[in-house]
Amino acid sequence: MRAPGRAAITVAHLRTDRWWLAPAGTAAGLLAFVVYSTWRAFANADYYASPYVSPFYSPCLAHNCQSMRGGPNADLFGSWWGISPAIIILVFPLGFRLTCYYYRKAYYRGFWASPPACAVAEPHRKYSGETRFPLILQNLHRYFFYAALLVAGVLTYDTALTFRDAHHAWGHMGLGTLVFLANIALIWAYTLSCHSCRHIVGGHLKHFSRHPVRYRAWRLVGRLNARHMQLAWASLLGVALADLYVFLLASGVFDDPRFF
Amino acid sequence: MSGYEARFRVWRGDEQGGGLRDFTVEVNEGEVVLDIVHRLQATQAPDLAVRWNCKAGKCGSCSAEINGRPRLMCMTRMSVFDRAETVTITPLRAFPVIRDLVTDVSFNYEKARGIPAFVPPAELAPGEYRMFQEDVDRSQEFRKCIECFLCQDTCHVVRDHEENKRAFAGPRFLMRVAELDMHPLDAAERSGLDRKRTAQEEHGLGYCNITKCCTEVCPEGIRITDNALIPLKERAVDRKYDPLVWLGSKIRRRPS
Repeated sequence: MRAPGRAAITVAHLRTDRWWLAPAGTAAGLLAFVVYSTWRAFANADYYASPYVSPFYSPCLAHNCQSMRGGPNADLFGSWWGISPAIIILVFPLGFRLTCYYYRKAYYRGFWASPPACAVAEPHRKYSGETRFPLILQNLHRYFFYAALLVAGVLTYDTALTFRDAHHAWGHMGLGTLVFLANIALIWAYTLSCHSCRHIVGGHLKHFSRHPVRYRAWRLVGRLNARHMQLAWASLLGVALADLYVFLLASGVFDDPRFF
Repeated sequence: MSGYEARFRVWRGDEQGGGLRDFTVEVNEGEVVLDIVHRLQATQAPDLAVRWNCKAGKCGSCSAEINGRPRLMCMTRMSVFDRAETVTITPLRAFPVIRDLVTDVSFNYEKARGIPAFVPPAELAPGEYRMFQEDVDRSQEFRKCIECFLCQDTCHVVRDHEENKRAFAGPRFLMRVAELDMHPLDAAERSGLDRKRTAQEEHGLGYCNITKCCTEVCPEGIRITDNALIPLKERAVDRKYDPLVWLGSKIRRRPS
């Protein structure tokens, strides 16, 4: 900002609007989710209230998982895994969101002040962006997208299981079913609106006219992609609320209201 | 709405130094900031330097920073400001100042020269080019650029780090690379020019941390980040980091 030859202006910015509000709100929102999800992921308790399983613990891949009849259990990691089984699976959605193009903007601005807002000077002396380790690993976003598709598939299965009652009989529905339906709809919308998805389904093509189906898919994902930020926040809130709902049921705060 | 007297702070000076000077100028209904700057020239500061041309948001000449935000002076209505507010006008802060509100934007022209031009397909003569609209939609969005260089000015990679100007072309010229790489008739790859490689290795694509300020300030509403920079990053990933795509390209039956 104060390089030789530039206009001699000493202040970091001359903005008069409340430019700090957006990064501060973003940082507060993300921090709240990090605190909540860390507590829940390490709690290793109250994550199953038949027929509902918390999205933080699904699929559950260790021996120490609570038994979920017909649920997303698979003892892949055996009994040596001593800590919360949520940690095994949360790596993938966490990696997907950490490397997401929207969240990158959010935390680069909100936490790292790089930059804090447009035309507001950043406090760092040096900047190499995403050219070096560790930030060059942001290029792994596509792999996390592939993993996120699998996780979304499992959560879809979990949502189907919510049409059972507490005794595993099919053809029932409760308030939790609606919570899970909303959550999975948001998860899929966020996952499919991803920039990597937009690229994979058609964005990499040079001639859309030769690939009409992929062109239509690209346009559809593009429409979702324009709402990627909103979907990122809505799905973050949705997954936290779905987990909170299961926690409240499992800890006996209230019983799931059943519709039929 | 009647006319009123508005307070302005305008940066005056040159590369040797300068500062913000206070003025009170008449404002009338429907006027834009550039009108006020012209009135200032006509009535109080005849030697005030300002670059302008079309007054219609199409030439990209009157770029400046108004209340700290990169904007076109001719497209910033005075009605967006409170009447009691002091409006600050400074030159673009990412480029060397020549005088008052005029900056030396030659950095951008040097970067433009570094981008290899469209490579015509060998099998088609001029006049034989045929393209489908859906194949050129993406490039046409980028062709709306009026080269006001507000995106270059606001990009923190060069705005806050002068030393990065050597390695980083800036959003406007990475968008140019994307435009050509998406062009249905560009034959660069067949001629041995890999635009994805040059974007990353010669024009500093990796410096972009997609914080979207370029998109926020674009007066043409081009979605630079979502439609040019991120797709270009994804194309670089195809080329360098994704073995599945590499494998797919080896067994592909149809050209993309």
